[in-house]
Amino acid sequence: MHDVTYLRPTDLKDAVQLYRTTPGCRPLAGGTDLIVMLHARTLRPPPRAVLDVWSLLELKGVRRTQGMLEIGAAESYTGIIRSRDAQEHVPALVAAARTIGAAQIQNRGTLGGNLANASPAGDTLPVLLAYDAVVVTDRRSIPIDQFFTGYRKTALQADELIVAVRMPLGRRVVFRKVGTRAAQAISKVVTAVSRSPARVAIGSVAEVPLRARRAEAALERGDMEGAIAAVADDIRPIDDVRSTAAYRRTVTQNVLRELLSVKPAL
Amino acid sequence: MCPAPVTAVGRSVPRREGADKVTGRARYTDDITVQGAWSGRTIRSTIARGAIRSITLDPAFDWSRVVVVTADDIPGDNVVQLIREDQPVLAPRGGEIKHKEEPILLLAASDRATLEEAATHVRIEYELANPVFEIGSATEVFSTVEITKGDVASVERTADLVVEREFRVGLQEQLYIEPQGAIALPEADGAFRVVGSLQCPYYVHRALKRALKLTDQQAIVVQAETGGGFGGKEEYPSIVAVHAALLARKAGRPVRLIYDRHEDLAATTKRHPGVIRHRTGVKKDGTLVFQDIEIVLDGGAYCTLTPVVLSRAAIHAAGAYSCPNVRIRARAVATNTPPNGAFRGFGAPQSLFAAELMVEHVAEQLGGGVSSVDLRRKWMLRLGDTTATGQVLTESVGSELVLDAALKAATTFQPSNIPTVRRGRGLSLVFHGSGFTGSGEKKLSGTIAMEALADGTFRILTASTEIGQGTKTIFCQLAADALGVPLERVTIAPQDTSLVPDSGPTVASRTAMIVGRLVQEAAAEIKQRLQRERPPLRVDKSYIQPDSIHWDEATYRGDAYPVYAWACTIADVDVDTTTGEVRVTDLVTAVDCGKALHPVMAEGQIEGGCLQAVGWATIEEIKMKDGGYQNDRLATYLIPTALDAPRIRTVLIENPYSRGPFGAKGIGELPMDGPAPAVIAAIHDATGVWLDEVPATPEKVLAALNGAQRREAAQS
Repeated sequence: MHDVTYLRPTDLKDAVQLYRTTPGCRPLAGGTDLIVMLHARTLRPPPRAVLDVWSLLELKGVRRTQGMLEIGAAESYTGIIRSRDAQEHVPALVAAARTIGAAQIQNRGTLGGNLANASPAGDTLPVLLAYDAVVVTDRRSIPIDQFFTGYRKTALQADELIVAVRMPLGRRVVFRKVGTRAAQAISKVVTAVSRSPARVAIGSVAEVPLRARRAEAALERGDMEGAIAAVADDIRPIDDVRSTAAYRRTVTQNVLRELLSVKPAL
Repeated sequence: MCPAPVTAVGRSVPRREGADKVTGRARYTDDITVQGAWSGRTIRSTIARGAIRSITLDPAFDWSRVVVVTADDIPGDNVVQLIREDQPVLAPRGGEIKHKEEPILLLAASDRATLEEAATHVRIEYELANPVFEIGSATEVFSTVEITKGDVASVERTADLVVEREFRVGLQEQLYIEPQGAIALPEADGAFRVVGSLQCPYYVHRALKRALKLTDQQAIVVQAETGGGFGGKEEYPSIVAVHAALLARKAGRPVRLIYDRHEDLAATTKRHPGVIRHRTGVKKDGTLVFQDIEIVLDGGAYCTLTPVVLSRAAIHAAGAYSCPNVRIRARAVATNTPPNGAFRGFGAPQSLFAAELMVEHVAEQLGGGVSSVDLRRKWMLRLGDTTATGQVLTESVGSELVLDAALKAATTFQPSNIPTVRRGRGLSLVFHGSGFTGSGEKKLSGTIAMEALADGTFRILTASTEIGQGTKTIFCQLAADALGVPLERVTIAPQDTSLVPDSGPTVASRTAMIVGRLVQEAAAEIKQRLQRERPPLRVDKSYIQPDSIHWDEATYRGDAYPVYAWACTIADVDVDTTTGEVRVTDLVTAVDCGKALHPVMAEGQIEGGCLQAVGWATIEEIKMKDGGYQNDRLATYLIPTALDAPRIRTVLIENPYSRGPFGAKGIGELPMDGPAPAVIAAIHDATGVWLDEVPATPEKVLAALNGAQRREAAQS
């Protein structure tokens, strides 16, 4: 590895200040993506500094606030899985968190990291889309459906830090990840669905985690078969090392059919 | 003196190295610190075929801090010592590149940062040539095997039904938990000591002598604690060791060459993929008339052990069945892909996969209520029957025992109650030759030694390695019982070629049965001599082939193996029709092992092998791109996790073999043979579709399900 300056802010204010004033700086939370990329040298340009936000108290915790559930950007998946509030109000997010990596990864991985990394295969991202989550940063709130702007690109400004994620209470969302093996898999297709309001959100089927607008429109009309047919036009899957476009297309439709027949628990 | 009671054999005593492994005291290669050692790395080809036009070391970089080794620095022959002389240690300047990831240049530096930096300043230019990637378009043949029994041509027309099918098997990575690695240390008198993760110390010894022009004494090979091999550390460690020694020679200091997982996946050997075609003729009542089998295996770019793999594939190709007329034509071809090599099963899983599914296809096409189990019972080799090579089976034939035991152990089949999940059950019956093929053991004449020491203890000297399968423990058990002494009084010497004789490679399910027998015999001899002599004593024991074993290498007739181990496997699968995912939920396997020397380790060996086979059958897929593996990281090369593992129940059947130690036969590879065809048969039972290939990935299963659905829709 090459030389990287390690910055450890004392609080959120300090972090925001350091991030604004340090050129070539990347935030570091659990490191489950960043350390891998540093090791494999796939970050271009390579970061000159990392800002370790892992221990910032302002970025931790799961709490109810203003009729929403708020999860700190640096709260671990394990923290989310164990949170009674999360289990009660966003069970689909808990289900998604349980499918990520192994226990070690769940102990370190964070929602903020999943969002900032913006992988089309990010397992929590379709769930956040289905919940109409709001990404709270150091300066504003970004609706989740405006957050992903391109392949691994986000609406975040160069010096903008994610602080928390907020989700409405009481929405019923169902989730299924297809990753070929039962654990430690990267998604081939990952889907989250809400019936009311109609939300069909899918990962690993395009350059971004997306909302299937045609399928949602059909669902809004109560046309389930229409939604299953339309979703094929909403997605842009490709052939890659993990799977094929044809498989992803079929499975997206099959999983949507399955999820639409499931009564969500809540 | 009254005979000592058998006390250690058959008992699941603690593993010799077990406590060190679970407490972290065991020192694997990368755990060994060597003062002043530099780190090495390998610069590899980025093309599949061509010639090296130039190698340029960027003058802007300070090369004084780095040791560079090219083919010009090889003092001996630029050959990886194995079967053929075709694989260079390092591709020479102007020489041909035959596959991606072929080693060209070696670097060593005092620290990793310098090493990584140096690697970015090496430029290699190539002259590109047209590569061959597909078996179908390969023209170079490494080897062929032809086995003939009876006369297929003359009986063809007497068959009432002839079934033809083609089967495909994919690449598989051994995925030992510890990647390849070696540390080379220059010693006095021009000697080199190489400590590494390896299965076969004397293979590495020969490779070092050849490439570095060393005498027997100058090449010293020591096995470090080794984190698994599965064949992957049979021949490949010779390359790692020679590379490390070349760097150490030029650097004049120790050099460690440890692969990371990515390099290990990208560059090292895999299981041979292949295409197997069967034509089977039967009478209306199911009587087997003929088997006509064609096997093509892809050897990759260099020969490695391919002819021996092909040989085992061919000998097992007719399956565990007795057929009067058999024709097996097998060939291994060259492609511009990384060389394939040894992997548990060694060709047999490939050909047995096809043979077992053929039973299913014949049963299905015969109809009339004849099940594939009925056919197996009718066809199976029994005592006194003759195999495809003309070997008369004279003892320890467990075919019927394992079939009955597996059927008895299988639970009542419960259909799925989830509408999108279909459940099915499949069965396979296989055999696996224990020990080297044909005259292999005779040619090798493996040797062990045993010492009675003055302090009343005994020491076994063998080059057979512990790679997780239990060599150290069972050898001590065998010696203790043969000597009639407590287990604690037997020790085993380190696997160091300067100390131990060449008992042969730790491969071919031969260690317990062939080498273990030598241990037992040497111990018995020591015991006898101690009646009139005083320690210290030493007995050397070499394998002598019994006169009753006859093998003709030229015609492939005779006793292909000293004996066979047998297994019947029943697999239950859930096929998710939403995703095409196959979960093997339950697996029962009955194994005729001759004698379970250590029941817990025998079961562990079988469970591990079954799971490895389930992985091969379902999710372990390697996609190729431009002659390289796309699945070259653990994020993309998927093996089953604990959550994917079926419940595995093993039934051990002790059907002793007279020349095995306490009756034992080799079972290391056998569990790799049966699960794949059982899983594919179970998928058919669940869904009605045949895949005839492994791995049965969700992509293939879903496509097959959709194809079947479309056909049904078109018919209605």
